[in-house]
Amino acid sequence: MTIAVIVYPGTNCEHDIAHALNRAGTDTEMVWHRDTDLSGADGVVLPGGFAHGDYLRTGAIARFSPIMDEVVRLADAGIPILGICNGFQILTEAGLLPGGLVANRDLKFICAPTHLRVASTDSVLTRAAEVGQILELPLNSYEGNYLVDDVDSIEVEGDVILRYTNADGLINESTNPNGSMNNIAGITNSARNVAGLMPHPERASEDILGSADGMVLIEGFIASTELVDA
Amino acid sequence: MTTLETPDHIELGMTDDEYRSVIAILGREPLAAELAMYSVMWSEHCSYKSSRSHLGRFTSNQPWVIVGPGENAGVVDIGDGWLVALRIESHNHPSYVEPYQGAATGVGGILRDVFTMGARPIAVWDPLRFGPLDEAHNRYLFEGVVSGIAGYGNAVGVPTLGGEVEFADRFSKNPLVNVMALGLLKEDQLVLSGASGVGNLAVLLGNATGRDGIGGASILASASFEEGDEEKRPNVQVGDPFEEKKLIEACLELYQRNLVVAIQDLGAAGISCATSEVAGNGGMGMDVDLDKVHLREHDMNPGEILMSESQERMLAVVTPENEAEVLGIARRWEIDASTIGTIKPGPDLTIYSKGELVGEVPAASLADDAPKYDRPAERPVYLDIAWANGPQVPADLDAGAVLRVLLDDPAIGDRSWISRQYDHMLFLNTVVEPGHDGSLLRIKGTEKGLAVSTDGDSLRTYLDPRRGSARIVYESALNIAVTGANPYALVDNLNFGNPEEPGVMWQFIESVDGMAAACEELNVPVVGGNVSFYNQTDGVDIYPSPVVGMLGFCDPMPLRPPRLDRAEVGMAIWIVGPDAAGDFAASAYDRIINSNLGGRPTDADPEIAREVIDAAVSLAFTTPVLHDISTGGLAVSLAEIAIKSGVGVTIEGVTGPELFDETPLRFVAVGQGDTLEIAAPHRRIGTVSGGTLDFGDSGSISLEEAANVWRNALPRRMEH
Repeated sequence: MTIAVIVYPGTNCEHDIAHALNRAGTDTEMVWHRDTDLSGADGVVLPGGFAHGDYLRTGAIARFSPIMDEVVRLADAGIPILGICNGFQILTEAGLLPGGLVANRDLKFICAPTHLRVASTDSVLTRAAEVGQILELPLNSYEGNYLVDDVDSIEVEGDVILRYTNADGLINESTNPNGSMNNIAGITNSARNVAGLMPHPERASEDILGSADGMVLIEGFIASTELVDA
Repeated sequence: MTTLETPDHIELGMTDDEYRSVIAILGREPLAAELAMYSVMWSEHCSYKSSRSHLGRFTSNQPWVIVGPGENAGVVDIGDGWLVALRIESHNHPSYVEPYQGAATGVGGILRDVFTMGARPIAVWDPLRFGPLDEAHNRYLFEGVVSGIAGYGNAVGVPTLGGEVEFADRFSKNPLVNVMALGLLKEDQLVLSGASGVGNLAVLLGNATGRDGIGGASILASASFEEGDEEKRPNVQVGDPFEEKKLIEACLELYQRNLVVAIQDLGAAGISCATSEVAGNGGMGMDVDLDKVHLREHDMNPGEILMSESQERMLAVVTPENEAEVLGIARRWEIDASTIGTIKPGPDLTIYSKGELVGEVPAASLADDAPKYDRPAERPVYLDIAWANGPQVPADLDAGAVLRVLLDDPAIGDRSWISRQYDHMLFLNTVVEPGHDGSLLRIKGTEKGLAVSTDGDSLRTYLDPRRGSARIVYESALNIAVTGANPYALVDNLNFGNPEEPGVMWQFIESVDGMAAACEELNVPVVGGNVSFYNQTDGVDIYPSPVVGMLGFCDPMPLRPPRLDRAEVGMAIWIVGPDAAGDFAASAYDRIINSNLGGRPTDADPEIAREVIDAAVSLAFTTPVLHDISTGGLAVSLAEIAIKSGVGVTIEGVTGPELFDETPLRFVAVGQGDTLEIAAPHRRIGTVSGGTLDFGDSGSISLEEAANVWRNALPRRMEH
């Protein structure tokens, strides 16, 4: 059972997500963006960072990296795919997830813990969590402000999996760190096998880091890849 | 030989005597390219000519020091095959000219210094100093510098764990932007800069060489902006964090595969400096062919190629057998590489362009034969006036009202406006994040912890450079001690005014003495440093601003280190350390409430320092909250704990003046139980309680009001 971690030039969270996945008992393999084969992978993670320097629009160049044809093929085949932060941005650019991510409302980079409320457990990422569960995960992005043409339709479809909130579960503008529509922090595709989120579950994967709340997402994703195997 | 248009040595900032020394070394008049090389390598920035004779007072002979001052970074041994590299630098003038790029390239430069040693850079800190924020230009500089650090640091993928900030009038036209970096490596990956092996090749890696920043770091920048001479274009370099990220990964792979004999980053004076250092440090010579250098602009002349300060470049020495593999790794990481030189027996660095010799100098002479000045020093007259004008502190002050004003100060209020723009979590090592006394990092797979604090105190060092400088060393040591770490190594960044003024030189010498003595008392090696002179604008020198970066080490590290947000109702509050001694010179009280700067700071007692630091280290393993008492005194320390923990405090038996006294070597401890098992003097002063900061007869303020003022101190100034 191996999860492929895609590395673009400028990616910087690849070792962190691999560390968290490995601690949870899963093997990982770093795959360079120029490679073209993911046939051994039971799941794929696009980690955070600044692929291709984020010059141009975030993810706009990465989406053309040679490995992406293979990522799309696996997505179509139902393999679990997870995009974290920059990886989420790349998945939207690649058309695997709806919408896009633009500059934060305050036009400042935000690195801070945030609270998330689980909106749906029908995804490869949130399957082990409970609806309404509140998780504390750090946000670390400049372009984290989610927007989509028809937000009502993704709400109706149940594509929203995580929303920004506070410790009490309140969801409104005051608990929205970056201006995202409907406080959306994470979404999934209609087939439910591709998920993306802006906050970093791997940064909340051990108590010594301040929170281990991300493990329910990481373990859920691992469980999803095991189901594919079976 | 090609004769270039010969620039005047005076125009390059060189004195007649220095020019005569060059002629003596070469036995002839220098060629243009040669003169340019000497002018930069012998500049204050590169040669430390005004400070070198004093820096010998810093010592670094402790057995855990692997590399002391002189290389790109200091390196210390932390056991089990792990080494830590550390370094501090300034980017003051570039950040004033262009705050975003000046600060960004400062980060890039310090990272190269660290990964040049074979280390992966794991964290950065940024001590900053600006003019008051009520001036729009200072806000512009502050905002630009913080954005530049964030923009570069976040994208290059190295966490920024904080730093410190001061605001004072003398920094308005001369902000200080210092940056410290830490790197981690296994001992078999240590690489030094000295070349060896005749026939080995010098490979230039990374960014293409362009016309940016020619002479930027030193000479031409001080010549003439206004002449509009296109050929010189002295400007601030432009940073490319993406290129640097690729360069880091490529170099780390080269080290891992043992493909590098020696390596040097390209900083001030670019290729000329890097080639001469690599050759000179190894006692070798080198043939360099400038036609091989990958260029951004095609018509650059040899002098420009040699002096360009284009960023994100490294010079690696490799064996001919490994050349193909090295170039292959560069290709894989999508960086450019070109073999530009060959190592030969010393001493000459010989430079060719278009098949012709354009320069030949003894490589080591650029560094070893640099001038050294013992500049006159004289105690400045301002001191007597300032000392006579000591702080007035009324015995019956209203502590609640005073605290309210202090918490609104931008250097005391919540600084998360800065740190939330920095990625301070990458690599999953950050255990104590920005907003506490010292940073604490774990090393995965071990029980070891690394703590870092950067500290400066320019107003106090202005009032007494010797005492002030010693006190920042002790303060830094205490800041890391409260995380459970013992002081282990120090780097210093000495920011001063014009060294040709005897008063400034006196400040510098006093400061070095004070700092060196404190380091000796704590048995802390000084493994590197940087001197930034000429921080003077319109004839006004900055406040003398030595800044230290202290590395602390613990093994094992505390699994639940003290934090400011762990106080709970019912816990006891102690103060540890000596009694308040009426220390208000350069205090926040005198600066903010009295709008005064005067009096003489007290001296820190080394014996008490050791006792208090030991107490902090031992308490750090059992106590929920430890917080040092510094700017704003006990009242501000308590307020920070209360605000972050969301609790109040009830304090008894502490007078109003004692609450704001800044006597050094004291900290607050908050925890369960009735006693503290420590040798250092301590006393219980109160209890954690509900929603008020209650100082008994001295006054009070509600938690809500204190928190609001404190949280808005920076945002209300910056966001309008």
